[in-house]
Order: sequence, then structure tokens, then C-alpha cells
Amino acid sequence: MTVAEVAQTLGLDVLTGHRTVSREVTGGCVSDLLSYVMGTAQAGNLWITIQVHPNIIGVVELLDLAGVVVAHGQTPEEPTIDKAREQGILLLTSKETAFALAGRLYALGVR
Amino acid sequence: MTPDPEASFARTYPILGGGFFLAGRASGEVKRGLGELPLPPELLRRVVIATYEAEMNIVIHAISGEISVSARDACVTVIAADRGPGIPNIEQALVPGYSTASDKARSLGFGAGMGLTNMRRCADEFRISSELERGTRVEMHFRPRSPGAKEKL
Repeated sequence: MTVAEVAQTLGLDVLTGHRTVSREVTGGCVSDLLSYVMGTAQAGNLWITIQVHPNIIGVVELLDLAGVVVAHGQTPEEPTIDKAREQGILLLTSKETAFALAGRLYALGVR
Repeated sequence: MTPDPEASFARTYPILGGGFFLAGRASGEVKRGLGELPLPPELLRRVVIATYEAEMNIVIHAISGEISVSARDACVTVIAADRGPGIPNIEQALVPGYSTASDKARSLGFGAGMGLTNMRRCADEFRISSELERGTRVEMHFRPRSPGAKEKL
């Protein structure tokens, strides 16, 4: 399933990184602890968090994740959006909780 | 830290303690720099994760520090040395989940007590030494791993 299909099905807002939406989502990771994500997420995974600071973009870049979804109606900080735009990183937002998003993503077959 | 003259990649990055905004920049440069070498992706991935954790530890705990990365053939060495408080009990610091990070660092999702654990899992050789009120030094060596030989990272 591609990022675009996931974003459309789950009603995610694509803030930056539009050019990467044809990428395949290889799995998911839900955590607000950056070291946990560093230690467990795999390339191509979609990461769901409520962290909003610019360091989340660095994690996506370093791990070559498909992108990051900022959940529960949290608004990414301006520097976060700027950094994501500069680096072409996929940054999405959702009003749903991380729990609900992860459940729906899992039900779509992203494992 | 003397760079290896035979190395195909050798850089030193200064890291500022408390510089959360810039944190991760050095690791990003390491990823791009080493990415130009014919290194196995699994090796590059482990180096990048460990370098990021080392960088974050300097940002979170130290006044300042440097990270030196060098590559020779398919072997990569990462040395992180800082000027900072040092670690009173290294054995305790290596316990997963143990952390002395500030509330500020924790509120940003750092300080989960997994940094040294991630470094140790990623590296093929891991050495740490520390002197109170002086600083901490971590030395890591990475070599290609055969597929499925170790846990997936």
C-alpha cells in the first residue's frame, strides 16, 4: 500500500513531502520516544507520534522512513514543517489518536 | 583524534551541548557522506543509528563534544568524546531504561534510557570510558554482518 493510499483512506493531511506519496509503506511504528523509534523502525515504515519538534524529521531522514504522522490534532512546530519541506520529508497530521490510527493502519494490512 | 590517512572517509563533527535544534545534523551528514561509499545498507543503518544516539547523548548531557567517523574498506569507526559531567556508574547507565536526562529532554522524547543500549546493539565493538567532571568517550567499530546472523536492527 502506498503512502498516498494510506493518506487518502485514513484522511491524513499531507503537510510536506508530496513528491514521496507513491512510496510503498512497509510497516508502522508508534512511539513518542525517539530512541525507541531509532532502535525498532525499519526503512519505509510510517511513524505515528504526538511529538511536534524538528528532531522528528531528523529521525525520519536517518532511518529512511516513509514519513511521520503527527496524531491527535497536534500541530507540528513551524521549524518542523520548514525542515520537512527543505528535506522533502513526508509530514502528515491527523485529528485521530495514535491508537486509532495504528489500528486502522493495521486493519488496512500494513503490518 | 588523529584521522586515519588511509581512510576513504574521515570527518570530525563538533557537537554543542543543549543544541536540540541542531541535533541530528551531524548524523545526517554522516549518513550522506558514508552513503557515497559502497557499504552494505545494513552496516550503514547501524552506523547511522549509533551515531545519532551518540550525538543526542552529547546534546542531552554534555557541554560540548566531537564525533569522529572514519571508514576504511567496509569497516567504520565512530568515536564520540565529550566535555561534560561524566558517568558515575557506567554499569547502571548501560541498563536499558535508565536515564538521567532533564525534564526538557524527556518532554521532547529523548532520555528514554535506550541510547547506550542502541549503540551497543548496533556496534560490533563497543567501548565506553568516563571520568567524573571531565567527560565521556565512546568508541564503536562496525563491520558487515552476514544476513540473519544477528538480530535485525
